[in-house]
Amino acid sequence: MEIKTPEFKASSRIALEDVSLQKALGNLRDGFPQKRAAAVARMPEFETLRDQARDLKNHTIEHLDYYLEQFETNVTKHGGQVHWARDGQQAREAILKICQSADAKTVTKGKSMVSEEIALNDYLEENGVQPVETDLGEYILQLREDHPSHIIAPAIHLNLDDVSDIFSKKHGTERTDDPAALMQEAREMLRKQFVGADVGITGANFCVAETGSTIIVTNEGNGDLTQTLPKVHVVITTIDKVVPTLEDMTLYLRLLARSATGQEFTVYNTLSTGPRREEDQDGPDEFHVVLLDNGRSEMVGTDFQDMLRCIRCSACMNHCPVYGSVGGHAYGWVYPGPMGSVLTPKLIGIDKAGHLPNASTFCGTCESVCPVRIPLPKMMRHWREREFEKHLSPTGFRFGLGVWSQFARRPKLYRWLAKLSSLSLKTLSGKKGRLKSLPLKNGWTAWRDLPAPQGGTFMDQWKKEQGNKQHKGGQQ
Amino acid sequence: MSQNARDQILGNIRRGLGRGELSQQAQTQLRERIGQHPRHTIPARGQLDAEGQVALFRSMAEEAAAELIDIDSLEKLPIAVADFLQQNQLKQLLRGSDAALEALDWGPLEGIKVESRPVQAGDPISLTLSFAGIAETGTLMLHSGPNSPTTMNFLTDIHLVALRQSQIVGFYEQAWQQLRETVGENWPRTVNMITGPSRSADIEQRLQMGAHGPKRLVIFMIND
Repeated sequence: MEIKTPEFKASSRIALEDVSLQKALGNLRDGFPQKRAAAVARMPEFETLRDQARDLKNHTIEHLDYYLEQFETNVTKHGGQVHWARDGQQAREAILKICQSADAKTVTKGKSMVSEEIALNDYLEENGVQPVETDLGEYILQLREDHPSHIIAPAIHLNLDDVSDIFSKKHGTERTDDPAALMQEAREMLRKQFVGADVGITGANFCVAETGSTIIVTNEGNGDLTQTLPKVHVVITTIDKVVPTLEDMTLYLRLLARSATGQEFTVYNTLSTGPRREEDQDGPDEFHVVLLDNGRSEMVGTDFQDMLRCIRCSACMNHCPVYGSVGGHAYGWVYPGPMGSVLTPKLIGIDKAGHLPNASTFCGTCESVCPVRIPLPKMMRHWREREFEKHLSPTGFRFGLGVWSQFARRPKLYRWLAKLSSLSLKTLSGKKGRLKSLPLKNGWTAWRDLPAPQGGTFMDQWKKEQGNKQHKGGQQ
Repeated sequence: MSQNARDQILGNIRRGLGRGELSQQAQTQLRERIGQHPRHTIPARGQLDAEGQVALFRSMAEEAAAELIDIDSLEKLPIAVADFLQQNQLKQLLRGSDAALEALDWGPLEGIKVESRPVQAGDPISLTLSFAGIAETGTLMLHSGPNSPTTMNFLTDIHLVALRQSQIVGFYEQAWQQLRETVGENWPRTVNMITGPSRSADIEQRLQMGAHGPKRLVIFMIND
């Protein structure tokens, strides 16, 4: 997928004025957050599980080398094969080689963001292997030559009309706007592909060191058909997906569906361990796991290590006011939303992805819903610091920051100025308490009024609060 | 290249962690943890008495749009299946060849084409046994084996599953433990946890049932 992250600002502007996109994003804002909240309310242990999930991921990362080796040993023990890949090129080559040795013409694919990360489809096509996406959302996107805009709901940027149009065009069928009929159409078209494919490629939600298993979590059952019917099953996944045991995996499964779609449990949670056994009647003859690094091992021991805890549930983007306004495509690459704003700069470079960690209101909702409690705002701040250190931020911004820091280092002057500007804004705003325009602030006032400060600076209020507390404390 | 990649990745991780390969003692501790596979917090809802678990399984499975049919004993399964096929005007059935199924009297299915083989595209309906039922989310656990082709769980339009009430456990970890005890060293190629029939909300976030897997999941609940 072509990197368009440097165009974030322009893409966002277009996205905000795209009526059809805004309608589609409404479906997201009105759906996932409410469903998650309802599921969490039904699980009183949820917060405890989040703590345990965070701690266990930390333990796993602290011993990642050991658990990866255990995983490999157990994949091999059950007759599978692990292929280690430093980068996208090595992963693509490994997968193509497997396809070629199976003499593959077509491969079916379950939904995998890692395969998007390494642009696998283009590479296979260039080399004479036809990939067929089987997840309904991904299938729609492949017909449209489009890309996912969300990590679990890839076609969230589209409306029913878009699907009706592309299906009638590509399938040569009568146009229908009944979603059930459209899904039935996809079901019938893909059935032939499932049966005819030579290789099936899926991702993995987790890799279990104890058994050498990978697990996929799907509602449609496409991933299961993808990995059951062809002669060869290839799993493309990354080194941060490993967990020690089945019990550890279960901890994450309890959090994953609830955080993602608000379901109690996803319909199909399927564990794969090696190829078919001699006495089995079906299942693939070969089982390969391509274990991709692509810069992740370099995050260990850095400010960004906590990002390796991510289980790709999408709760952060589902609750993000920025994602909810501009959608996933504006982010310009594979991983959108808050998790993408932290991960993307690592994967493609802060020079290209500098806008992303800046596109945050730091409201903190992402961290508050993250099942493994990743401090996403803190890490976005780290990226802003790196960007500043590398002199990548715009001149105007650097100048402004320089001026501000002169004052910030003189607290008395700073507080006096804060008081002065607070009072002036209040006076200027008059009885309404709001300002319609302000010099240098039209980025805000073009869209909405600026509420003027009412009742003292932060420091004034803080001192008053502290005084009150002490006063109350003295009475007890 | 691949061996090289492996060393580079593991080397990077160790460098990041500020250490070399783990000491033998540390490795032993981690190996023991895997062997003991400790449980995390188990939700209270998974820890009811046997009767409560059956009731919870039932309500959670139905919430996930599975259909439940109660029968008195495993012996009544063939007649219940025959009724179902008749009601749905189906003339064929694929079923697992597990010993427990083979031992039943399939007389009631006279006139129905019954086979035990992997599913091919177009086969309408399959019948399998379940390994366990998990009450906390109304989930079935099935696993592959010589008598239970995995395609039976995914490629037909209707999947019938026989589940004895005594197989219902409260929470997932109990099912994993039972599986470890049952299969020993012969770990199955696949374990399928299934909660209701196939679905998708990929078009406008509107939930539609019957995506690529079975459109209907019917559980015959055997009161034993």
